[in-house]
Amino acid sequence: MKSKDQLEVKINPDWCKGCGNCVSFCPTNVLALDHHGKSTMVNREGCILCGMCEKLCPDFAIWIGGKEDE
Amino acid sequence: MTSEIVQKYFRIENLPHIWCPGCSNGVVTRALTMAIDELGLDQDNVVVVSGIGCSSRAPGYLDFNTLHTTHGRGLAFATGIKLANPKLDVILIAGDGDVSAIGGNHLIHAARRNIDITTIVFNNNIYGMTGGQYSPTTPTAAKGTTAPHGNIDKPFDIAQLAAAAGATYSSRTTAYHVNQMVKYFKDAISNKGFSMVEVASICPTYYGRKNKSGSGVQMMQALKNDFIDKMAYEKLPEEKKEGKHLMGVFKNITLPEYTAEYQRVIDALQGGENNE
Ligand SMILES: Cc1ncc(C[n+]2csc(CCOP(=O)(O)OP(=O)(O)O)c2C)c(N)n1
Ligand code: SF4
Ligand code: SF4
Ligand code: SF4
Ligand SMILES: [Mg+2]
Repeated sequence: MKSKDQLEVKINPDWCKGCGNCVSFCPTNVLALDHHGKSTMVNREGCILCGMCEKLCPDFAIWIGGKEDE
Repeated sequence: MTSEIVQKYFRIENLPHIWCPGCSNGVVTRALTMAIDELGLDQDNVVVVSGIGCSSRAPGYLDFNTLHTTHGRGLAFATGIKLANPKLDVILIAGDGDVSAIGGNHLIHAARRNIDITTIVFNNNIYGMTGGQYSPTTPTAAKGTTAPHGNIDKPFDIAQLAAAAGATYSSRTTAYHVNQMVKYFKDAISNKGFSMVEVASICPTYYGRKNKSGSGVQMMQALKNDFIDKMAYEKLPEEKKEGKHLMGVFKNITLPEYTAEYQRVIDALQGGENNE
């Protein structure tokens, strides 16, 4: 198990279809859609690693992973 | 590049999937892998079966033993698999049309037999794959391509239908309530008998457009707002009950399971006295 400070939200823009679930249901409002309509992290310090974005992403394009993972 | 859980349980080479932006099928399919992971099931002992529909494409993305069969007949194939090898964990993924229209008879009889199969219904209240025809769960007055002026039928309640037909576990949740969904999937898979989890789902492309339900996000928000636990519903004042849909566990009992009963007959006949 990795500790919280080793984890971060990761995004795969190639799989993101821009549905907006992660952006709308993030409790701390730290995600946004960029000008390509892809999810992007706008305030990493504000992310509480709750996992809501990962659970509600229909495309497995956003998840909590190790900072060191590729 | 994706999460560990998806890398473990999905056929990555088949991703990204073909489902529309905002379609909840991916949310529910991922939740199923969470449940299987938390239960610690052996990946090679799990069989996921489906019929035909957008939802029924899920097994093609999943890295278990999988079978994509014919429309409505998934439960017939699943019954054969379970009887041939009762040790397998057999899970059916079905659409509302698949399991309650063309496959309605298979559903009630699999439930009546209490065969140990877990059925997960992606209920988006429409035939998604074929372009938005109404299904047996389309609400009265809702629109579909085959009901342009509004549906005059009354909808089936799939969870209650399965419970009444003999399922020993039956519950309903929504594609928004992921934690509850994972719990229900675990309880359903653990139940030794026929189990039903109906997941209220969204099809933004057909149901959403036909019914002006807004974006996928707005449809997910509606699942969050409109579904209420059946216990909590009872406590609501009358004026607040309007427009609410019930979720929760409708049945959870223990009864003899079909393949075990069948094995008892085999054992008795092979055991001597009866074997003349
Ligand atoms: C025997 C047969 N009849 C009709 C069809 C056409 N058909 C394909 S999918 C489908 C309904 C899909 O609706 P549902 O089961 O709710 O799945 P969804 O696409 O909404 O997930 C129909 C009627 C078919 N493939 N086979
Ligand atoms: S983990 Fe939670 S707080 Fe962080 S981006 Fe995702 S939804 Fe927002
Ligand atoms: S939920 Fe997934 S697909 Fe939808 S915008 Fe966020 S990352 Fe993209
Ligand atoms: S048509 Fe509807 S059910 Fe099918 S993939 Fe698109 S949104 Fe999902
Ligand atoms: Mg459907």
